[in-house]
Amino acid sequence: MIRVINLNKSFNGKSVLENISITFETGKTNLIIGRSGSGKTVLLKSIVGLHEIESGEIWYEDTLFNKLDFKGKKKIRTEMGMLFQGSALFDSLTVEQNVMFPLDMFTDHTSEEKIERVNFCLNRVNIINANNLFPSELSGGMKKRVAIARAIALNPKYLFCDEPNSGLDPITAILIDALIKELTEEYSMTTIVNTHDMNSVMEIGEKIVFISDGVKCWEGNKNDILNSDCEILNDFVFANSLAKKLRTANK
Amino acid sequence: MHIGCKNLINGNTINISNFEVPKNKRMIKFLTQFGLYFLLLKKVFSKPEKPSLYFKQTMSEFVNLGLNSIGIIAIICFFMGAVITLQTAYNTENPIYPKYLIGLGCRDSMILEFSSTIAALILAGKVGSNIAAEIGTMRITEQIEALEIMGVNSASYLILPKIIATLLFNPILTLIGMIVGIFGGWIAGTLAGVITSENFIYGIQYDFIPYYIVYSLIKTVFFAFIITTVSSFQGYYVAGGSLEVGRASTKAVVYSSVLILLFNVILTQILLS
Repeated sequence: MIRVINLNKSFNGKSVLENISITFETGKTNLIIGRSGSGKTVLLKSIVGLHEIESGEIWYEDTLFNKLDFKGKKKIRTEMGMLFQGSALFDSLTVEQNVMFPLDMFTDHTSEEKIERVNFCLNRVNIINANNLFPSELSGGMKKRVAIARAIALNPKYLFCDEPNSGLDPITAILIDALIKELTEEYSMTTIVNTHDMNSVMEIGEKIVFISDGVKCWEGNKNDILNSDCEILNDFVFANSLAKKLRTANK
Repeated sequence: MHIGCKNLINGNTINISNFEVPKNKRMIKFLTQFGLYFLLLKKVFSKPEKPSLYFKQTMSEFVNLGLNSIGIIAIICFFMGAVITLQTAYNTENPIYPKYLIGLGCRDSMILEFSSTIAALILAGKVGSNIAAEIGTMRITEQIEALEIMGVNSASYLILPKIIATLLFNPILTLIGMIVGIFGGWIAGTLAGVITSENFIYGIQYDFIPYYIVYSLIKTVFFAFIITTVSSFQGYYVAGGSLEVGRASTKAVVYSSVLILLFNVILTQILLS
């Protein structure tokens, strides 16, 4: 479980996140949704410690993460896996080397054990016969899946995904969503997904937090979201004309 | 004016865009950059997570930054040696001057200055821009953040192998430059008929001071450190997109070159006085 309490973050004196308090539950896919520029990525990067926060608390289970020193943070970071918006695969390494990187860095496994683990992770995300390809030779969806394989290589307790569907076609996006949900349940991870894709929200949104202009406006699940009284949320959820028509028809 | 980049100190990310730099306060900006440079070095020289991986990375940098530079250094030094010989010959066409002085001039110019300083300036262009662009691209494509999130000291993992590789390999490049440069001088001098082979060889052996080679190698080590660290610094703190990576590469070359020239004067005064 990850708890965020009264988190504040600003850049150049301009507040980006204000008094955010959220509990992200274990074994569930927790979604942070909001418009572009609403502060989702800043929140996610603050939670993982890539941004220093002005005030507030970030708890990983019973550990106050934001007050830890480098060594303390490093210990928790080895339990994290993160899928970045642009995949962030290492250009100079092959698919196999990318997934093997955390194993090389943090385990003392033999080469055979590492290769076995790499192949297991790649199979798990349905990447077959691509071990020797470089990231530049992969499609967008394959890159995301390799990035997920790398993220789960060390059996993380926490999985963070920053807009996992950006730039993907709807079918591939659904596959990525399903994969994230399956892995979360399979390994009982605490997963946090940043997205503005309503398909993802309806597919995997077990817990949803809506952020607007750096403020948490709404919290619930995918069943509640269509019946919310929050106007800003409704503007976001029913932004496209198809959704608007469906809503009008339902009324 | 804001310094739009991130400062990763001890694994904690501090966005240094929070530091406001007032307009026309270039000194404050300079000191901020200076401080950040040393903070980065502190992070670079911290204990490696897994030495075996760093060793592998260092071997790879030997190839990228060292072996791949032999060609350009050899070509440039060859032609520099040739031109020095011809220029010395045409400017000392006087019976008072013994001919072997042409060989001596070529040797001393190559050993004292050209193989170290001029080669370093060329390497600042080739290797410096390569390092800044590579690390800068890793920054803007979130690869550095991916390393940080895994708990890897990204500065140390990315920069330390480059420093070790250049510190160890650039002296070899300098030695190659000296040999090829003098060889170029001999070829040009004898082919142009401005000096006989015997005179040239006598000249390059005449009054030889081995310390000059040590002096040149010491300079090379300093220059290698400047090129690698300054270029890495420019790349590591890039914020933005491809345009900023391009600017960082340019800055890496310009700042490295200026510092090389400055340290050339300082080191020459210290080592030869």
